[in-house]
Amino acid sequence: MAHTDSETVAEQNGLVKWIDDRFPLTKLIKEHATEYYASKNFNFWYVFGVLATVVLVMQLLTGIFLTMNYKPDANEAFASVEYIMRDVEWGWLIRYMHSTGASAFFIVVYLHMFRAMLYGSYRKPRELIWIIGMLIFLVLMAEAFAGYLLPWGQMSYWGAQVIISLFGAIPAVGDTLVEYIRGDFSISDITLNRFFALHVIALPLALVGLVVVHIMALHEVGSNNPDGIEIKKLKGADGVPLDGIAFHPYHTSKDLVAIIMFMMIFLAVVFFAPEMGGYFLEHANFEPANMMATPEHIAPVWYFTPFYAILRAVPNKLGGVILMILAVMLPLFLPWLDRCKVKSIRYRGWIYKLALTLFVISFIILGWLGTQPPNALYVLLARITALIYFSFFLLMPFYSVIDKTKPVPERVVYHA
Amino acid sequence: MTDDVDRNRRHFLTVATAVAGGVGVAFAAVPFISSLKPSARAQALGAPVEVPIGSLEPGEMVRILWRGKPVWVLRRTEEMLARLPDVDPFLRDPDSIEDQQPKYAVNEYRSRKPEFLVVLGSCTHLGCAPLNKFEVQPAENWFGGFFCPCHGSKFDLAGRVYMGVPAPLNLVVPPYRFISDDLILVGADTGDA
Repeated sequence: MAHTDSETVAEQNGLVKWIDDRFPLTKLIKEHATEYYASKNFNFWYVFGVLATVVLVMQLLTGIFLTMNYKPDANEAFASVEYIMRDVEWGWLIRYMHSTGASAFFIVVYLHMFRAMLYGSYRKPRELIWIIGMLIFLVLMAEAFAGYLLPWGQMSYWGAQVIISLFGAIPAVGDTLVEYIRGDFSISDITLNRFFALHVIALPLALVGLVVVHIMALHEVGSNNPDGIEIKKLKGADGVPLDGIAFHPYHTSKDLVAIIMFMMIFLAVVFFAPEMGGYFLEHANFEPANMMATPEHIAPVWYFTPFYAILRAVPNKLGGVILMILAVMLPLFLPWLDRCKVKSIRYRGWIYKLALTLFVISFIILGWLGTQPPNALYVLLARITALIYFSFFLLMPFYSVIDKTKPVPERVVYHA
Repeated sequence: MTDDVDRNRRHFLTVATAVAGGVGVAFAAVPFISSLKPSARAQALGAPVEVPIGSLEPGEMVRILWRGKPVWVLRRTEEMLARLPDVDPFLRDPDSIEDQQPKYAVNEYRSRKPEFLVVLGSCTHLGCAPLNKFEVQPAENWFGGFFCPCHGSKFDLAGRVYMGVPAPLNLVVPPYRFISDDLILVGADTGDA
């Protein structure tokens, strides 16, 4: 059977062959789906990458339809969003899917990143996947921030005021830089217009490009698994990893269940709690932007609040900005901070389990504190939790080494 | 044939091409980056504004908009002015040493005329608009001033920042001048109105 390949080709229908002679269609499908082998013991934590892709597609689609009715003009923006909500047929659904989608994006991305921390997915040889993923996270934050200005509500305006003036803390060039970002002496129609350009063209392009690169890098080295072992080390006679199963149809059919479950929860939120009690859409944003009056209490949307709480906890502007940026960027260095022999939490000792638990608790408390008005007790609490947050990363080179590990099995642990 | 290749020459040409291309890209970037600056229209809209103060009672404050930022003009009462020195020990920069005001406002009142305070109503932390809290609360060492609802920064009635709050600097005094006793021009301190 030396001619298996040509025989399969002969069996293909004419159109596919015609395309394959001109474009690597079948080759791409094989490489990335039917002959991409991922571990057979994937668990619940492994659905969030696919879910993030689903949300990305949903945001692109709903976003395109929103731009058909939205007006990026300080005099018309707020009214055009209300117009979409009231007068455009099904406009409310498209808008609420988009606004809820923003929060859903961060939920799945945070869980996706947490999965990597559970099973050491950022470790060698997947450092570059992790770095690209962190870039996606940064672009996503910029995209969400630019998008939040567009409805031109009170919180859009004052939130942007706060975030843009962060750049003013940079010595020497800060004030000029802020003027270049706003294109005006204050946040104005000009700023709205350019944020619209960033939100609908520049950043989504970057996002889609980075996602493609992220997946290409992943498929080059292969997916990690809950045991944190390299399944490519043990291959069968056919060259397929013994513990690997094809992404399609096996993982895709499992992912389909996750997508359906996710859409049920997502749409329940869209239909019954699109504002999520002021966490997904803040109440102050249902008032048009008023540059003469700051809302009583400014808080960013929930996905920025952990970092915002760190910013507020520092009684020095530049220091606060530096610590906040550091808090966002520190995970980027995880592949080199983590010096444990094993990757997966399954075979790590109690120290890492405790550290990760404290990290998650500190992140959640910081997130809650960022939504609350400042007072002395909360500032103290923010400082303590911020210390835990930073210690998790900065002390990792030490505690990850002394942590007692368990022996790692040859094959993945799998209960059929 | 590879022996015939002059590697030095090839290296030089590669570097020279890259440098020439890089310079070209840098020049080509200038118009795009410059287009991000405030446009001629934005600069025209940032022109000085007149504030009539003839009808302002002592203790009363007006807010106007200049360059999209609120400007406060507060006519301070005798008591307000008398209390200013009492606040000094709680302030970060009581003598206005940091460059947050024109020269003529570097004095104990941070103003041209002691009565009239002119400041940008924009917190020096992150640009929120602080709220009036003029009532005195001696128990809390509060002598009346402004309180920022965003991050809890506090300023006295001369726009001077308290210690131990996120805002690093006193409120900015914009350039201004008195056209007459009843009219202030905000945004310019020289020339004609």
